[in-house]
Amino acid sequence: MAYKDEQLIEEKVFKDPVHRYVHVRDRVIWDLIATPEFQRLRRIKQLGTTNITFHGAEHSRFNHSLGVYEIVRRIINNFQDRPHWNNDDRLLCMCAALLHDLGHGPFSHSFEKVFKLDHEYYTQAIILGDTVVHKILEKVSPGFAQEVADVIAKTHSNKLVVSLISSQIDADRMDYLQRDAYFTGVSYGHFDMERILRVMRPIEDQVVIKSSGMHAVEDYIMSRYQMYWQVYFHPVTRSAEVILTKILHRAKHLYESNYNFKLQPTHFLSFFLGNVSLDEYLKLDESIVHYYFQLWQEEDDKVLRDLCERFMNRRLFKYVEFNPNKQINDLMRLIQLFKEAGIDPDYYLVVDSSSDLPYDFYRPGEEEERLPIHLLMPNGALKELSRHSDIVESISGKKRTDHKLYFPKDFLYAIEDEKIVQEITAILYHKEM
Amino acid sequence: MLENHAKLMQFFSEAKQVTGRKKLQKMVYILQSFGIPFEERFQFHFYGPYSEELTLRIEELCNLGFINEEKEVKSNYFQYHYSLTNDGTQFLNQFSVNMPNCTESIELLQGKSSRFLELVSTMLYFKDLSKDEVESKVHAVKPKQKYSDEEMSEAWKLIGELGLKLH
Repeated sequence: MAYKDEQLIEEKVFKDPVHRYVHVRDRVIWDLIATPEFQRLRRIKQLGTTNITFHGAEHSRFNHSLGVYEIVRRIINNFQDRPHWNNDDRLLCMCAALLHDLGHGPFSHSFEKVFKLDHEYYTQAIILGDTVVHKILEKVSPGFAQEVADVIAKTHSNKLVVSLISSQIDADRMDYLQRDAYFTGVSYGHFDMERILRVMRPIEDQVVIKSSGMHAVEDYIMSRYQMYWQVYFHPVTRSAEVILTKILHRAKHLYESNYNFKLQPTHFLSFFLGNVSLDEYLKLDESIVHYYFQLWQEEDDKVLRDLCERFMNRRLFKYVEFNPNKQINDLMRLIQLFKEAGIDPDYYLVVDSSSDLPYDFYRPGEEEERLPIHLLMPNGALKELSRHSDIVESISGKKRTDHKLYFPKDFLYAIEDEKIVQEITAILYHKEM
Repeated sequence: MLENHAKLMQFFSEAKQVTGRKKLQKMVYILQSFGIPFEERFQFHFYGPYSEELTLRIEELCNLGFINEEKEVKSNYFQYHYSLTNDGTQFLNQFSVNMPNCTESIELLQGKSSRFLELVSTMLYFKDLSKDEVESKVHAVKPKQKYSDEEMSEAWKLIGELGLKLH
């Protein structure tokens, strides 16, 4: 039997708190899960710093990747014998689902921002490079690794397959919303996935939803909306993220200034130099990052030391609402006052905007801006979701943006010059001086 | 702080008005491909390179009153027009934006259709491939658009012109 068709003698299952069981029968999938590149995902948390706010959020990219695979497996089971579905694409879909997040690194968002990296680039590099994952995919058939990489990059010619893994209602989102809700312990984020899977229909170049399933999709859209504001963009998590970003900036700056670290930051060197090989990228996981942060708490540089102490011990920055239009002069004055007080505003005064953490709300958009969710009407026509659902229309029309100013409040108490303290406090909290 | 917002405002200040979100997305992506330091991250979507970060940042700029968004009702869809407001101009005057002037290139892009800019941005997305590979990739990922050989040649010509202007 060809490797691509090989089945395990007995089905294997992973116990999963969200989907109850993740079922594996294909030898290829089983082998991919066992690779060092996939096992590494156990050491990368799905939600980065969110566990600082929601202590349950310790789940990993490994859990999520298995979950996405399981959802795609179930969708494909439902698609059997439906028009437009070609079962030869089954393994391609399942491999792409399993491997879609393979290139994520520790605290991806901050690392990517500071070191100008892109996890999608590394996903491609792992799938196409000299790795165990690559060898397994090529054993399926020559060129199969490239096909999987193309599906994940959304540049594969088969749009139907791409839309299963990545669209406005895809397996990726359906897994992370439910998983993140489960592990954070919040009560929103739940929706009837079984119902959505039952009403999904493949058409020529996308997956659409049978109109009778619209209410289940409304719940899913609401869940996306609530999870963003309540979990993903939580201001306390953002504070931890701001500090993490500043630690990385400071460490890079010190390295570039020939600062003598007590222990050479070997794992970070290629990141500081902007030339990260695949091998170096794969070696840096969250345990390594925490190890350095632990050590840097004893560094001579007081900014790096302080920021690491804050991150490790959850001594976070406080925040106030900030309007860049109306308060730009206040910000300029604060920068001046911080400098006068001996607090470096480059590290201790930070404007954080909602666009710093891009999250795709459902927007119907303009024609051909991006592909919306389509309902399949009884007469066979397609209708964009918000044109049919009042609930979705009302939340997709909302302007949702936010800006906050983060700073270490405890530092303000330590400023000796009373006048400076009073003026800073007056600006931040709109108090009379 | 707010540098990425300021860069976009600089773009609108040079463009005067941009019509259509799809066009806006493709224009920013094309300029970024030629080294204009927009930091928004793009991914390949159904209609070519698209940045959620850019969409959100534009939304922020509108909410802050720095950019004006006008909604026009078309037969089957809405179309949006964007321009810098007086508040936006004032804010920009307080900032020194680290961005080369690209007014000429912006004007060149504004004169093209969004369908054509979708083609150009898609070609640039695959710029690491050879010319023939780029063309066959475009046909593979966009079979419905049915881009003609003339459009392809026009797109290469525009890419060449932009290369001269922006380097």
